[in-house]
Amino acid sequence: MSTPHTWLVFWRTLAFALVVLGSLSLSTTTALAQADPEREISTAVPAVDADVWRQVKSGETGANYRDSRFDSNYNLINASGETWRQIRNRWVSPFGMIAIGAMLAMIVLFYLIVGRKHLDEPRSGRKLLRWTILERSLHWSVATLFIVLALSGLNLLYGKFVFRPLFGDAIWASMMSGTKVLHNYIGPVFGILLVIILAKFLVRNLPKKHDWAWFKQGGGLIGKGRHPDADFANAGEKVWYWLLATAGLAVVVSGFVLDFPNYGQDRDAMQWANIIHAIGALGLTAVALGHIYIGTLGTEGSLEGMATGYVDETWAKEHHNLWYEKAKDQAVDVNDPGQPSLGNEPTSPQRSS
Amino acid sequence: MATMKFMCDAERCIECNGCVTACKNANEVEWGIQRRRVVTLNDGEPSEVSISVACMHCDDAPCIAVCPTETLYQRDDGIVLHDKDLCIGCGYCLYACPFGAPQFPTQSAFGERGKMDKCTFCAGGPAETKEEEYQKYGANRIAEGKLPLCAEMCSTKALLAGDAQTVADIFRQRVVQRGHKDGAWSGNPRADADNLAYDASRQG
Repeated sequence: MSTPHTWLVFWRTLAFALVVLGSLSLSTTTALAQADPEREISTAVPAVDADVWRQVKSGETGANYRDSRFDSNYNLINASGETWRQIRNRWVSPFGMIAIGAMLAMIVLFYLIVGRKHLDEPRSGRKLLRWTILERSLHWSVATLFIVLALSGLNLLYGKFVFRPLFGDAIWASMMSGTKVLHNYIGPVFGILLVIILAKFLVRNLPKKHDWAWFKQGGGLIGKGRHPDADFANAGEKVWYWLLATAGLAVVVSGFVLDFPNYGQDRDAMQWANIIHAIGALGLTAVALGHIYIGTLGTEGSLEGMATGYVDETWAKEHHNLWYEKAKDQAVDVNDPGQPSLGNEPTSPQRSS
Repeated sequence: MATMKFMCDAERCIECNGCVTACKNANEVEWGIQRRRVVTLNDGEPSEVSISVACMHCDDAPCIAVCPTETLYQRDDGIVLHDKDLCIGCGYCLYACPFGAPQFPTQSAFGERGKMDKCTFCAGGPAETKEEEYQKYGANRIAEGKLPLCAEMCSTKALLAGDAQTVADIFRQRVVQRGHKDGAWSGNPRADADNLAYDASRQG
């Protein structure tokens, strides 16, 4: 029964078989082509070579770089991250500890060997106004903030090695989050106050010729033990001032970079800011220990100046002879009831600076 | 113990962003955070190439080294996880990470970033209950014996995840199959010098 319909089915089947055979042989050719390196190279994604990866590592992104993450300004590989980590963990962290530890050790040794610097002459009982209430408030505000910032900063850098094993997770977690909040919110206040106090004390801390002689005598340590000339601020105090005016301001500025990510500064800027911030702050903390020692335990009569505002005439004569010459007319007698009592200086204090 | 790794075969990645979407869906990540991203180099040029990037769960992870609160830690199987209860949002992990993996929900004044979030290799994180874990870190597919959803859903199987040895074996097989003189890195002018496909077939 060969109807036209059956013939149609036959030819259709034959044609289909041919097509299948043809495509099979074609796919064999394709498979062979894939195994041929030359053919493969001509169709593969070209040039993902060393040059491309070098460019990726350099952080360049170029005009035809795309990142699917919303608002992302990241490159593919943040190569500077590892550099930052190495500088922070291998250099800044251990050497900061060494600097602060060495300073503490030096102070202890100095105290044990040389001891406290007492006044050479007996106190005269007459006092000079050295620090006004505004200056003392500024000083103690900056000092308190500095100590809080130094302790919280040290905790951020070294805390995990000490307090986690000591306190356990729960206390330690809240301690760390409190530390960060404290550091980030107090920091800007410190920065503003530092600028104000630097401006207030600028004139007294301008370098003078007699400062050079002060250095040559090591502030009185070298030589006959005679006090070198000093005006309101001696050369050592001026060094502390200018350290704060340089390193201190660098720490403040880099702190602002770290503290305000809302301005969109990139990772590289924050890496560098972090290194500057850490080196500056650790260095200043070490030097501050010296400042604290000299101002309290190290020198008789210094702390009462910053506490009450008044220093003894003898102290002024010995430590700040040039200032004493200018200010001695305003000396007040503590035993004289007609004079204003200590701690409450006159409403408009007269003080030569 | 297996060491878990991601690997993205750049020759296969078609920049469909399926991995990004899968991740977002599997982990219900916070608005504004995208744990996985797709980077395209030389977009529109003949040399265009794409690669999917997230946390690569580094062996010597820089984020762990710099974290001041030990928020980040590594499991025995190499997965790097984070403990949101410890994170203070300082951003150090973000400075250090080579892959831009750590992200923060906000970037406000006074360093108010919120708690860091990053890819967990779909292994969740430390929490009291399963619900809390899912809410804080997203899915824990590893605990269910599954691989990260990004890799499982990759349409071209460019993104591989799993035991480093298995991932390496699959990639090595591909290199052999491709038959490049220089392995996966086609177009290398030094192709004749180092026949990686040949080496791979011997080692595989």
